[in-house]
Amino acid sequence: MITLSGISKEFRVYRRDAGFKNAIRSFVHRKVTIVPALTDISFSIGDGEMVGYIGPNGAGKSTTIKIMCGILTPDKGSCVINGRTPWLERQAHVGEIGVVFGQRSQLWWDIPVGDSMALLGDIYGMSKPAVRDSLDELSQILELEDLLKTPTRQLSLGQRMRCEIAAALLHRPKTLFLDEPTIGLDAVSKLAVRAFIKKINAERGTTVILTTHDMQDIDALTERILLIGKGRLLLDGRLSEIKQRYVRVKSLVAYYSGAEIPTLPEGFTAVASQPGRIEVAFDSDAIPLPAAIRLLSERMVLTDLSVNETTVDDMVVSLYEDMRL
Amino acid sequence: MRLYFKYLSVRLRSVMEYKSSFFLTAFTQFLLTFTAFLSIDFLMSRFGAVGGFTYEEVMICYAVSYFSFAFAECFFRGFDTFHQMLGNGEFDRILVRPRNTVFQVIATRIEFTKLGRMAGALLVLIYAIGKGEIVWTLGAIGVLGLMFVGGVVFFTGLFVAGAALCFFTVERLEFLNIFTDGGKELGRYPLSIYGKEILAIFTFVLPFACAQYYPFLYLSGRSDSLLYALAPLACFLFLIPCYVFWRIGLRHYRSTGS
Repeated sequence: MITLSGISKEFRVYRRDAGFKNAIRSFVHRKVTIVPALTDISFSIGDGEMVGYIGPNGAGKSTTIKIMCGILTPDKGSCVINGRTPWLERQAHVGEIGVVFGQRSQLWWDIPVGDSMALLGDIYGMSKPAVRDSLDELSQILELEDLLKTPTRQLSLGQRMRCEIAAALLHRPKTLFLDEPTIGLDAVSKLAVRAFIKKINAERGTTVILTTHDMQDIDALTERILLIGKGRLLLDGRLSEIKQRYVRVKSLVAYYSGAEIPTLPEGFTAVASQPGRIEVAFDSDAIPLPAAIRLLSERMVLTDLSVNETTVDDMVVSLYEDMRL
Repeated sequence: MRLYFKYLSVRLRSVMEYKSSFFLTAFTQFLLTFTAFLSIDFLMSRFGAVGGFTYEEVMICYAVSYFSFAFAECFFRGFDTFHQMLGNGEFDRILVRPRNTVFQVIATRIEFTKLGRMAGALLVLIYAIGKGEIVWTLGAIGVLGLMFVGGVVFFTGLFVAGAALCFFTVERLEFLNIFTDGGKELGRYPLSIYGKEILAIFTFVLPFACAQYYPFLYLSGRSDSLLYALAPLACFLFLIPCYVFWRIGLRHYRSTGS
């Protein structure tokens, strides 16, 4: 069980203008600007839930994760995870969580993955049979057997990510934090990682909190999302509802046969046009998607059609407009 | 402690992945000891004695200082290169593991190549002991051991204080080398030869003289004060402010995340 209430955090940023003179001046007198990183964040997550924590860069995702991991102390507010306040009881708390930072490794670079796992088992104070059991289970789901004997530095990014996740789960944490677990992975590896996260959630009942920029990750993994922007929690709800509510303008790419450029029905604007291909935007509140397709097909001979995927960033942009942030 | 040896063995296996690089670096470190030694040799062979200390006595001072410095660098390297850990986020990783932070910083960086430097210093020490006139009673050996321990504690304290400073500056501050490398270099000779002021600083502010000069007076028979013999223990007191400073830095880090 994770409960955050009224978490706020400010960063002090030292600023100076560009140039040599100002660099010298800043030694004597520094201008301090206080930047609110998080403002009054409150939410709670039940055991076994899978939650997507999303928002654009600099929105405060990592700061929140770091607070929940006990790395940072907030200025205000309370955070209770499995009955403990992370920054007050750091050692006890981190023994029950697993953390994967997508861009950094927690495995030892030059030794085989299996040796890293053994050392991790010791760090978490696990007995040898417990390590073996957990590792057997994980390597079955993740197909790690062949990787365990390979030094980390020789793994591909996809293989490494599988090992990273296994390493974070070795001590059977109650809660797993994944900070951009699919960043830089190819399509096949992404699918594998997603399938694995799902399986762990189902089999071990691990609570999963996931930050990502990849909308497909969210679609595939989570029902519930928390959307954060400029340090504020903007939304907490189901993905489908949010999409419906906040993504009004959709865009379609239509491929058609015939040389002449078709005239568009009312309510449609052309975004880009080439012979045989036209991209149109329309308000999906006024014209639902099926109707839009029908209208378009009346004007041209469609050969193919694709609906542009709504990105998290699009949603945030329309939310910002909505909330006048 | 068992966990420390596990870290040690992992580190050793990592190093052995690059055997030739390791042995070359270690050998260079070994040779480095002697370049410093040559400058002493050059000076001493002209003047015979410095500040009332004979060649062999200076050699013992030099060897003990170098050995403790190399030992601290080998096993407490984590603090010396702490700015890297902060810079690349390794320290965040340390914070999400259920072990003491100081322990982890020490255990994750062990610099085996410094063993070369330690071997060099040991060689000089053995040579000096063989040639010198000090009577090696059990007490004298004990004092020599204390000098070594005090030196290691002193340099470690400096490393910890330097690491604590990184919490505020992120970058490593080069001026700290004045104290670490500076201390090591000054330690070639008994610290009294640099004058009263320097000796006072290295007694009361940075208590390196407590590990080097005072016990050496006892060792070489110039003093029979037990206080001088046990002076290296004062270096442990030096650890206290260093550790407090570290705690302050850590608290600052966890509230700013810089």
